[in-house]
Amino acid sequence: MARRMLDASNQGLLLQFWLATSSLSKGKTRMDRNRLQHQAASMRRSLFDQGYLDEPFIQLEELQDDASPNFVQEIVTLFYTDSARLIQNIEHALNSRPIDFDKLDDYMHQFKGSSSSIRAKKVTNECTVFREYCSAENAEGCMRSFQQVKQDYAILRRKLEVYLQMVRQAAVSQKA
Amino acid sequence: MVLLESGFSSPRNDVFPAGLRVLVVDDDPTWLKILEKMLKKCSYEVTTCGLARDALNLLREKKDGYDIVISDVNMPDMDGFKLLEHVGLEMDLPVIMMSVDGETSRVMKGVQHGACDYLLKPIRMKELRNIWQHVFRKKIHEVRDIESLEGIESIQMTRSGCDLFDDGHFLGGDDTTSGRKRKDADNKHEDRDLSDPSSTKKARVIWTVDLHQKFVKAVNQIGFDKVGPKKILDLMNIPRLTRENVASHLQKYRLYLSRLQKESDIKNSFIGMKHSDPPNNSTASFGLHKPSNTMPDDVLNGTYSFPMNNSLVQTVDVKGQGDRHGIASVPVAEPKGALSKDIPDSHKTKSSQMSFDHSLGSAASGVSFASFGSTTPARYSWTEIPEIQSKVEYEPVQPENGFNQLPLPEPSMIEKEVNRSRTEVKPLFDEYRSNLVGHSSPADLVDLFPVQSKNQTLKNQVFDPIFATKSSIKTKDISQNCLADSEFAQRNLNATGREVTLASLPEDLQIFWLQGDGYPMNIALQNFDFPEYNDPALIDETPFYSYDAPRLDHEHFFDPTEYYAIDQGLFV
Repeated sequence: MARRMLDASNQGLLLQFWLATSSLSKGKTRMDRNRLQHQAASMRRSLFDQGYLDEPFIQLEELQDDASPNFVQEIVTLFYTDSARLIQNIEHALNSRPIDFDKLDDYMHQFKGSSSSIRAKKVTNECTVFREYCSAENAEGCMRSFQQVKQDYAILRRKLEVYLQMVRQAAVSQKA
Repeated sequence: MVLLESGFSSPRNDVFPAGLRVLVVDDDPTWLKILEKMLKKCSYEVTTCGLARDALNLLREKKDGYDIVISDVNMPDMDGFKLLEHVGLEMDLPVIMMSVDGETSRVMKGVQHGACDYLLKPIRMKELRNIWQHVFRKKIHEVRDIESLEGIESIQMTRSGCDLFDDGHFLGGDDTTSGRKRKDADNKHEDRDLSDPSSTKKARVIWTVDLHQKFVKAVNQIGFDKVGPKKILDLMNIPRLTRENVASHLQKYRLYLSRLQKESDIKNSFIGMKHSDPPNNSTASFGLHKPSNTMPDDVLNGTYSFPMNNSLVQTVDVKGQGDRHGIASVPVAEPKGALSKDIPDSHKTKSSQMSFDHSLGSAASGVSFASFGSTTPARYSWTEIPEIQSKVEYEPVQPENGFNQLPLPEPSMIEKEVNRSRTEVKPLFDEYRSNLVGHSSPADLVDLFPVQSKNQTLKNQVFDPIFATKSSIKTKDISQNCLADSEFAQRNLNATGREVTLASLPEDLQIFWLQGDGYPMNIALQNFDFPEYNDPALIDETPFYSYDAPRLDHEHFFDPTEYYAIDQGLFV
């Protein structure tokens, strides 16, 4: 429930964002630009507040500079591909019988490492829980935990997408 | 995904730590990218690598191309810890481990394997900014190390070794081999030159076989438990060897030994191998084969006496004798006297070694190396080691009367070695040799080997089958054994156990090791009390001993050629 509400608030932000951007095309005003950046900042804040992204995520942004203006984007994209693959592997391993816990643990370890790269706190924490179930060879627990991981991951992805888009827009507007 | 930065060969300039040349190894592409960016922000020169194997190749190609290595712990193709060891032993570069898993046990393992630091993911910028301290620290230590090894032995060893090795180029055939040789030769020069400490070049003390032998002897004499760099230094009594050199060497040795211990159960198989003493000439000349129990005298013995070190100790000794390997082939024929001399002086391995060295230098050089030469090629071609080994190994063995005698005494040992791991091959080899040598009677060997075999858990499954069959074989006809790749190697190991095998052993062992980590070998040696390394052959291989990565050792201990073999084989 709470999550949905949060999503709603995020969506609200998103909506505002889109409105702002659309207005941009009409005529970029400084105010609009600022508003956009504002939106991006608050969106990001909400992501942090909800624990989806860690403060260190800001470090990633700091790495972005003129030399690699799309750094964060590239990183996130890399993360997407890598994590999607890993999620698939985990699914597969979970569905096979008998369950190979060692392999599961391995995959999850990689996934954890991957999500830590973008400092996704929630997902990373959930991975730890999963691994605990794994070492206890608790299939049920693993399944449940994995469901949670997938959920968190999906949400994270959505938010990241939105966030990135905002950032992009802000950058575009800035150039203008 | 290997992204090479251009111009990484240029050493650091004066704006240290800027320009620090970092090699990042991680299978996670996301992290590779992030780390690359972060390090660039610190003004470092970054090279990324997605595979440990590639990383090692890069490091080997450019010995001085990197200042520090950052590696992830969990990698698909090779364990991060293993890579860490290799780098530490071979290149002596500071290595930083990183992982998303921060469990104390893991961190401890990292430190045990020689990591300078252990970072937790996600990694912060500030953590990366400080990695230069590890480079700086190492540099300071190296400067001190450089001074010491101007010792005659090292120089002599390297010189003679160089010559010999040049002749027997390893077939291994990688360009790296030749490149390595060149590098090694260069390194030797550098080391000898006592290059300017402040230069960016890392001068290292070269732990030649001879030197290492002395070291092991000293360690044994003192008693592994009570050993300390100062004591060892005093005992070794080598001018210009500093306490720091000994200390760092001791640390590596300890690591190696501990590793061997774990492998001890693997090695047992080898022990069973007891090589039947080459019945005649060779044994006669070698005379050294004392009953297994008499090992203590020998340098090797020293090592074996240590319960803890077991394999390590032994291997070390073997190594020392490694230099003699060249002689092994030769001695069999002639310097029997020499060999026998050594035996009596078992305690004075040094002296015996010296004698060997001398003889080796003169007589052996041609012969022994020849044999090695043939074998070495085999050695170096790690990938084809089995085949080559068989071919090569046996050839030398055959010509030498004595050597032929040494049928693979310890087939099990060899097997074990092979199984164990490539890197261990070397150590095993040494062990075998030592064992072979030590055991005057096949019976002894047999006893010994079985023990070893137990210790040596055949890691390499490939060799397992082969070994199994071999152990029963006391190959007098080494040639027969040659057929089987691994068998061959095994044979050699076994055969070399005695005099002959010594010569061939090194190669065999090397090969085996290459194929499989050679831990087991070391262990096997332990059991045997290698009484006499009489076989010069053994000696040459010994350098590779024990360290988990024989490769690494050879750098220090062996002539360039050995390095080649090891390098190539290690990561095959």
